[in-house]
Amino acid sequence: MKRRTFLGGTIAVTTLGLTSGAGAQQAPIKIGMSMALTGGLAGGGKASLLGTEIWRDDINARGGLLGRKVELVVYDDKSSASETPAIYSKLLDVDKVDLLFGPYATVPTAPIMPLVKQRGMVLIGNFAFQVNSKVGHDMWFNVAPWGPADSWAASFLDLGQKAGGKTVALLAADQEFAQNLALTARDVAKKMNMPIVFDQSYPPTTVEFSGILRALNAAKPDIVYVASYPPDSAGILRAVNEIGVGDNVKIFGGGMVGLQFGAVMENLGSLLNGVVNYNSWLPEPTMFFDGTKAFFETYSKRAPEAKVDPLGYYLAPFGFASGQLIEQAVKAAGSLDQKAIAKYLRENTHQTIVGPIAFSADGERKENATLQAQFRGIVDKNMDQFRKSGKQVILYPAKLKSGELITPFEAARN
Amino acid sequence: MFSLDLLQDALVSGVLLGCFYAAVSLGLSLSFGLLDVPNVAHPAFLVMASYGVFYLNDKFGVDPLLAGLLITPLLFVFGLVAYRLYYETFEKRGSDAGVRGIAFFFGIAFIIEVLLILQFGVDQQSVTASYIGKAWRIAGMRIPYRLLVAFAVAAGLTILLTLYLSKTFMGRAIRAVAQDQEALRLMGADPIRIKQWAFGISTAVLGISGALLIIVAPVNPTLDRSYIGRTFCVVVMAGLGSMSGTLVTAIILGVVEAVVLTMFGASWAPAISFAMLLGVLAVRPQGLFGRRS
Repeated sequence: MKRRTFLGGTIAVTTLGLTSGAGAQQAPIKIGMSMALTGGLAGGGKASLLGTEIWRDDINARGGLLGRKVELVVYDDKSSASETPAIYSKLLDVDKVDLLFGPYATVPTAPIMPLVKQRGMVLIGNFAFQVNSKVGHDMWFNVAPWGPADSWAASFLDLGQKAGGKTVALLAADQEFAQNLALTARDVAKKMNMPIVFDQSYPPTTVEFSGILRALNAAKPDIVYVASYPPDSAGILRAVNEIGVGDNVKIFGGGMVGLQFGAVMENLGSLLNGVVNYNSWLPEPTMFFDGTKAFFETYSKRAPEAKVDPLGYYLAPFGFASGQLIEQAVKAAGSLDQKAIAKYLRENTHQTIVGPIAFSADGERKENATLQAQFRGIVDKNMDQFRKSGKQVILYPAKLKSGELITPFEAARN
Repeated sequence: MFSLDLLQDALVSGVLLGCFYAAVSLGLSLSFGLLDVPNVAHPAFLVMASYGVFYLNDKFGVDPLLAGLLITPLLFVFGLVAYRLYYETFEKRGSDAGVRGIAFFFGIAFIIEVLLILQFGVDQQSVTASYIGKAWRIAGMRIPYRLLVAFAVAAGLTILLTLYLSKTFMGRAIRAVAQDQEALRLMGADPIRIKQWAFGISTAVLGISGALLIIVAPVNPTLDRSYIGRTFCVVVMAGLGSMSGTLVTAIILGVVEAVVLTMFGASWAPAISFAMLLGVLAVRPQGLFGRRS
């Protein structure tokens, strides 16, 4: 028994010796991550992963990182928070990956934060929202354009106020993410001295929104901030089309989830016109940086085969940009030393296909780059129209602006 | 903020919404109310019918209501087969009572959900028709045409089913089997064939109901879960097996929900359905329109 172990040990050492001696240059750099490939977040997760895979293929074609090939080690987290802690433990202890990327979205990311902090690993966040605010991991860098927690509501309400809006209506789904948005909107409205004249949550089982909209209209708000989820977004916009929201409404939308995805947008068609909503990337002239065009050319070719969102604006370019962040940091550090990588990421501005990215101390963006854009001239059942500029005009942030708000809302719908 | 205009709006939209609830509950009133079959898969059948309507509308541009009529015979046959399967595996062995019968239909509901996801994906689907997305302006109100369609169809369907059950031979036989299966058997009739026929009708009705479902709002494969509570609530509160009772009860529920939504907020609306159900059952265990047995 002892001998066998000894023999096994010898073989292992020999193999190791061979690897480190002859093929050190060839051993790939492993980047570990989990991704929502099934479950509720899979639509976005798959597109995000395709973005990162395009970066991997790109860097490997350019000779790899530090002269080594890059390999992605990906597990399906089934969109579930209960899966990710075990997956990331396995990535670190069994697969022994060199670098970590976060899973897509807030819920699967939150439970891995303590583990990643304890192991002192750099984590490139992927569209999680405020997961580091309490953990305080100084090696967390979120690729998402969010910025400070209240920035979503602030940018939307600011646009409304500048359009002459004085009162606010809040309509939010009875669901954690939407409620968080509504909560920050209440605070921001208070700071901006704008009274909230209508504040309602609706249960996720709501099928008919015309009654809710009538009640909202009766409050005569100037600004309507909606934090809805994909199934309700369609119902709300349909009711808006039928019942109207009154001529006093300057701006409508803000936090409607789902309107970022090709299939949903195609389905809603002309109902989208006039709505101002958050987004991360759009094909407007202000959004093209070095490499952006080439990325989407590749993405459009590979998306049908991968059966993902044919547009892929919301997540895919950020999957690629995650790779660019790590590429620049590793090159600058000249090694895989986590502290050196983190230091570089923290102290510099990084050029990516989604624009320059700089991080604040909490690892979120220094400047909010979350877009607020207005849908215009959309027709029914046409996916290709969304590839053109001018269909979602960027109103915020100022740096990326591609047009002015058309107001009031009813005027923008025609 | 509350005004008479708003109350008037709430009453009108409540009546329309109630008719829609009735339209999606009528089939269940037949299968669960009259036949005592714990058909919790009813909303899943309903969503399946909606996808049938979506397919015909999307591929061939067929009007949703016409598409609903076109798939009705298929749904009738589906109902005949489903009941036979249920009868052979559960009812015949006397294991239909309680949890096991419900488990059978829950199983079917999950299978339907998965099949729909595999075939159509998880995204929402909707239909196009001239009456979707527009509203009728009357007396300062805007009433969505799609809800008016639901109103007219629900009323028509209720009248049709009531007439069928009271005027036709088969309809009377269905009511007889609901009252006393054994007596029917002694008269030389086969109660199981009659029940199978009735179950077929309860699913056939879903052709039109499913069309209304997708006309009123977009559907997704798991939408049935939102309707289990509501449809059973309507049927039980109406009193098992009463078609006109189902319509009236659904309208009452719709109006109460709409008024509560307007006065107290949308969060309270679903709780009201069940609070009313409990209240009614406490005072009238046989339901609002049910006969005391």
